[in-house]
Amino acid sequence: MATRIFRSLVPSLARLSGVRTYSREASLVTLIPGDGIGPEISAAVQQIFEAAEVPIEWEIVDVMPVKGPDGRWAIPAKAVESMNKNKIGLKGPLGTPIGKGHMSMNLALRKTFDLYANVRPCMSIDGYKTPYDDVNLVTIRENTEGEYSGIEHTIVDGVVQSIKLITEAASMRVAQFAFDYARNNNRNHVTAVHKANIMRMSDGLFLRCCREVAEQYRDIKFDEMYLDTVCLNMVQDPSAYDVLVMPNLYGDILSDLCAGLVGGLGVTPSGNIGAGGIAIFESVHGTAPDIAGQDKANPTALLLSAVMMLRHMDLKGHASKIETAALNVIRDPDFRTADLGGRATCSQFTSEICRRVRESD
Amino acid sequence: MASVIRHISRLGLNVSENVWCNTARHISSSPVLKQLSVSEPVSKPDGVKTVTLIPGDGVGPELVNSVKDVFKHSGVPVEFEELFVSEVLGQSASVDEIMESFQKNNVGLKGHIESPFENKGELETLNMKIRRGLDLFANVVRCHSIPGLSTKHSNLDLVVIREQTEGEYSSLEHESVTGVVECLKIITRTKSKRIAKFAFDYATKHGRQKVTAVHKANIMKLGDGLFLQSCQEISELYPKIKFESMIIDNCCMQLVSNPHQFDVMVMPNLYGSIVDNVAVGLVGGAGVVPGESYSSEYAIFEPGARHTFSQASGRNVANPTAMLMCSANMLRHLNLEFYAQLIENAVGKVIKMGKVRTRDMGGYATTSEFTRAVTNNIRV
Repeated sequence: MATRIFRSLVPSLARLSGVRTYSREASLVTLIPGDGIGPEISAAVQQIFEAAEVPIEWEIVDVMPVKGPDGRWAIPAKAVESMNKNKIGLKGPLGTPIGKGHMSMNLALRKTFDLYANVRPCMSIDGYKTPYDDVNLVTIRENTEGEYSGIEHTIVDGVVQSIKLITEAASMRVAQFAFDYARNNNRNHVTAVHKANIMRMSDGLFLRCCREVAEQYRDIKFDEMYLDTVCLNMVQDPSAYDVLVMPNLYGDILSDLCAGLVGGLGVTPSGNIGAGGIAIFESVHGTAPDIAGQDKANPTALLLSAVMMLRHMDLKGHASKIETAALNVIRDPDFRTADLGGRATCSQFTSEICRRVRESD
Repeated sequence: MASVIRHISRLGLNVSENVWCNTARHISSSPVLKQLSVSEPVSKPDGVKTVTLIPGDGVGPELVNSVKDVFKHSGVPVEFEELFVSEVLGQSASVDEIMESFQKNNVGLKGHIESPFENKGELETLNMKIRRGLDLFANVVRCHSIPGLSTKHSNLDLVVIREQTEGEYSSLEHESVTGVVECLKIITRTKSKRIAKFAFDYATKHGRQKVTAVHKANIMKLGDGLFLQSCQEISELYPKIKFESMIIDNCCMQLVSNPHQFDVMVMPNLYGSIVDNVAVGLVGGAGVVPGESYSSEYAIFEPGARHTFSQASGRNVANPTAMLMCSANMLRHLNLEFYAQLIENAVGKVIKMGKVRTRDMGGYATTSEFTRAVTNNIRV
């Protein structure tokens, strides 16, 4: 009780002194547990957040599309409302059921909330050994257009044409976001990845937009590199890159390449930024139906995405606390889950992280 | 000697030329005769072959000079018909002249021609014009680990086959409304089948077990779907070779974590560019991997990863290994197996010994020092 009084006093004291402290009114965050191992890892994340006393309240929703009155499949209105209200979301792995006739889940979410930028920070994890030790970069990918516009036609039998769409509006938007992100996260180098020597008009437009935005951010170093040069150098010396911004297809491939450098999708966080300030953070691995319910899952990807979310919400103190604890536990071979080469269960891994978080207070 | 035998056989002795050549080879490779004669070439042509040479931009000219030095030292019976081709500098040979030269010679050695990205009004680069004009539909890059050069993954041996006349590089772009640009990616069944057949034929010829088709058919359902379907249809004609398919992003992830699972890979244009560069990076970089482009009539040999490395031009620091290996492959293609092996062995020896290494391999040697080391190791 005394702590509650103290805690209610602290914000007012803080307001007087103008210093921001850890305590804050609890913000609401939409949580989409997902399928397969989704519920287990979401529960793990909730447990860890409780141990760290993060001022967040979870609002759990289900995004399985339902057929609306107009016959079209759409995400249920309750989920959409929740997301629009809370602005921040955390999502577990979603499986797209085959044969149901509706579009992929991720595509549905992207279209509903206009998620235009996908951010994937890739950092080498101490304790999970890969041939690449010094990776510390962020890939920012334009997520709405480019080669994935889905506009394809069969011109004559045996000749197919796919359209890659690049617009000035979308390119400016993602370039702006990339530089903002670099500034807010103490990154000082942004590289635009393109193939404007071959696709002169489309990637040329993307590049021009990036250059225009770079003019407004003089404190951040900007350069441009061909996609093949980046690929070549990435596998030889990934430490040379900081923030990479690029159109859809290159972003898809490069972000997965970088994820492979640090250990795969099981340890990679990811965030999607949408128009209107919406941000959905997710784990990008699959639903792993074969190990669902067996307490074998590794919640690292979802946990690191949640840490990214905390940083986005400006709860940097909590974020560092949880991240340090998690990385320390992964470094310890006794507590690694099966996919990282250890023998611990998901619950053991989670409780150990909770213990270290509480200890560090 | 082989030519004499050929004359005799032409007189109607009706013995197959191969038999005579083999006999000649056996006679000349007997220990006694080997010491006496300068080793008889495996098959010596009548006269000298002419080959088209395009130095390219950036460090291309330096690397090509390295090749010329090595050829001169080894007495290779090949003459170069050099053409100056460049898109960034003026006064380049026109596409017609290039095609004429190739129609005469059929084989070429080429450096990379830089494509400027200032939009001068033309959407098609010179490289693409050459490739389309000569119909060089297949690009083959064989990435294998070089003994003596340590990389993060060792013992790799994979082949990347890329369709290089259509796909995303079709140079069909237009701006419908200001600020909205469309770029067309074209996939046709004929070309997809052709490259798939090439890949399977290559696998059969070189004793490979598996062909992997790389695609993104889950997103580009019609385009890459057509490519995948063509590959599957062709794979049924080759029951002895295992066929599998993989999505490009997963493929990239697997290449950096577990590249040993790949054997021969076939894919459309853009993915080919990406996978080429990733695979080349895995075995040692753009300075050590050769590549070749084939059409039904022509063969062009150029470095596997296409970079002009213009920041090093004139500084004598580039690694000539890739270009030398290209020239060795070219000699093999021209049936000059003896000289091909001579050059390959010399380069391999220099790298294995590890004393003379260029910057990209971790040493400090210049291009000319490396070339000299190679020529020192060639004993004719």
